[in-house]
Amino acid sequence: MLKTLKVRFSQGKQFVPDVTKADPKGFRGLPKIGPRACEAQCQKCAEVCPTHAINVKSMEIDLGRCIFCEECSRVCPVDKITYSNQYKMAASSRESLSVSAAAGQPVIEVSRRLKSIFGRSLRLRSVSTGGCNGCELELAAIANVNFDVSRFGFEFVASPRHADGLVITGPLTVNMREALELAYDGMPDPKFVIAVGACAISGGLYADSHALDRSFLNRFAPELYIPGCPPHPLTIANGLLDLLGRKG
Amino acid sequence: MAGLAQSTMSVLAGDTAAISLLKWIDFDRAVAQQLESNHRLVSCFASPQSGDESGIVLNAVFSKPQSGLEMLRTAFPRGAHFPSLTPQYPFFHCFEREIHEQVGLVPTGHPWLKPIRFSGSGMGKMATYPFFRVEGKEVHEVGVGPIHAGVIEPGHFRFMCFGEKVHHLEIHLGYQHRGLETILRQKEAARLAPLIETAAGDTTVAHAWAYCQGLEALAQLSLPPEVDVVRGVALELERIAMHLTGLAGVSTDIAFLPGGSTYGRLRTVIINTSMRICGSRFSRSWLRPGGVYHGIAADVVSDVRKSLEQFQVDIRLINELFQNSMVVKHRLQKVGVVPTSVAAAIGMVGMAARASGQEMDWRIDQRPRPFAGRPLELAVEGSGDCWARCLVRIREIDASTQWILDALKGVSEISCPPPPKVSVPANSTFLSVVEGWRGEVFHFLETGSRGEVVHYRIQDPSLRNWFGLAQAVRDCPISDFPICNKSFDLSYCGNDL
Ligand code: SF4
Repeated sequence: MLKTLKVRFSQGKQFVPDVTKADPKGFRGLPKIGPRACEAQCQKCAEVCPTHAINVKSMEIDLGRCIFCEECSRVCPVDKITYSNQYKMAASSRESLSVSAAAGQPVIEVSRRLKSIFGRSLRLRSVSTGGCNGCELELAAIANVNFDVSRFGFEFVASPRHADGLVITGPLTVNMREALELAYDGMPDPKFVIAVGACAISGGLYADSHALDRSFLNRFAPELYIPGCPPHPLTIANGLLDLLGRKG
Repeated sequence: MAGLAQSTMSVLAGDTAAISLLKWIDFDRAVAQQLESNHRLVSCFASPQSGDESGIVLNAVFSKPQSGLEMLRTAFPRGAHFPSLTPQYPFFHCFEREIHEQVGLVPTGHPWLKPIRFSGSGMGKMATYPFFRVEGKEVHEVGVGPIHAGVIEPGHFRFMCFGEKVHHLEIHLGYQHRGLETILRQKEAARLAPLIETAAGDTTVAHAWAYCQGLEALAQLSLPPEVDVVRGVALELERIAMHLTGLAGVSTDIAFLPGGSTYGRLRTVIINTSMRICGSRFSRSWLRPGGVYHGIAADVVSDVRKSLEQFQVDIRLINELFQNSMVVKHRLQKVGVVPTSVAAAIGMVGMAARASGQEMDWRIDQRPRPFAGRPLELAVEGSGDCWARCLVRIREIDASTQWILDALKGVSEISCPPPPKVSVPANSTFLSVVEGWRGEVFHFLETGSRGEVVHYRIQDPSLRNWFGLAQAVRDCPISDFPICNKSFDLSYCGNDL
């Protein structure tokens, strides 16, 4: 008993008190595109980007593809691309995941509809379809003692029957097509889809693979996109909070 | 063996043409010789035959402590049959299944020629898996998955039970197959790192390192010793973090709640340490061919040291509680046993094999560079049960933490130069192994006449250990499956690629 108490005591307070205002030291998060002019004709960043996330003409980075690998910033001769430890990067539309010098931050519009239904309690069913266990572990982490999202009423459930939101990770493999459909069909209305990680949002590094079938997402467009490879738990938690217009 | 150069014990690299193609009969004999002389099979796989469109090369890779890697090759025309090696050497079973699925060679006499991952023409045909059937009035089947209760990867498990008791478990994987090896063939050999890091995303460092050291050996680059140390730190942080994840998972599954929360939050400390150094909690973009993207700056070194010292204090408390708790012992001891002989026969590797009394660990057997000067102690347990697998993990956490602290002792910072450009020679081959937290990670690359990727093989230890899990649950009550599964902690995506 004493030992148990000792462990409990050593544990202290572990939760991040305010997930909207944390400071993840060292985290390579939201890329910033600076105002400096690129060198004439330079395409280096786009050439090395493994996910074709950069549009050099408009100088935009698509966070739906970006894996935050920093290859681009390493070849840039003028330091146009740098990273901040900003973790709020989720978006409610695919387009607004593109960041540029002018539009530096993806936007989430509070969904009035989802807020009125799920504002106080949201049950999530996660389906990994080709994920590498990065996104899966970070999703699981939002429920651990540090991030502890159950304080906001967010919870993962075992059965699709109990779920409101379907959280998809991985690039959507052919071999998971049927199981994914079944899980979604098994969820009662009202329901919605959340795409977590570059693979789910755009195919990421696997976008050109012959082993994917992403048609599910054409039929059921996500209401929330959470970028990263894998996304930080803070990115996920804040995405959910912001979508539902919650203060945290 | 003649041909490829041994650059370190864990890498073999050089001209592909230097490896001779044996006739089947000589190959077969050489395999037997290897095994008789206490070599262990590391991998067996098919690759295309250069200069012969219709040919397929069969590769077998062996190792022995302190003597590195050896490779044997033979070739067949497409569609050929060859006598299966599995009946005599059961540890070939998953490799021959894979070869059959990938290139269509037929190992005749293989007892269990089932799909490994439903790739190629099998894609999408998940419903056609030929399950083993147990007949009888008292027999019933329980199927779970592909989607499981928690936030985990998909795979299907089918139990054939007598009452509560599992007679046989069949593990049907492939749901995570995303065509990784095919995509690798479409990219530049020197730029595969981001993809390789996602082969099994919880084993980023081990896979990245296997790839990097292979290319470096081909390019005959020698790295500054600091790079090795930083890579060692990265690898051991990954090991600690994932062992903690596993211990937290087992604890939760047996309702040992202090373990669930404490191991869980200690993992956060460790992956945040990785993030502090390289920007990512999963060590992405840390290792690259030719070096590392992130050394360890002065303020970071002292933070890492402080975190790990506090970590040592905290983990000791919870480990003591875990190891002395009746609940824990009762649930884990003698549950999910894989005896040493079975582990050896089916070719289990890594942490799970060590828990079954198998002495093998590349960090110790072959002493790759950062571990050579600062050796680790081998963590082996004999009982082969869930308890043993947890004990091995506990001991490895302690050893790795101490290893990192020793490596950082008296060091004010570790600065590493930006990696040089690595040029990959044409018509060459490397074989490379790194001991990741689950076990040996094996990579193979063959380049073509323009230095392009002709074949890339990634072998996560999970490929071999899944069958160990199936063995472990035999004769267990079905309710023991979750803890057996968690104690093995295998990768679905690493198997499915
Ligand atoms: S950080 Fe993002 S945009 Fe830059 S190269 Fe990597 S994937 Fe492309």
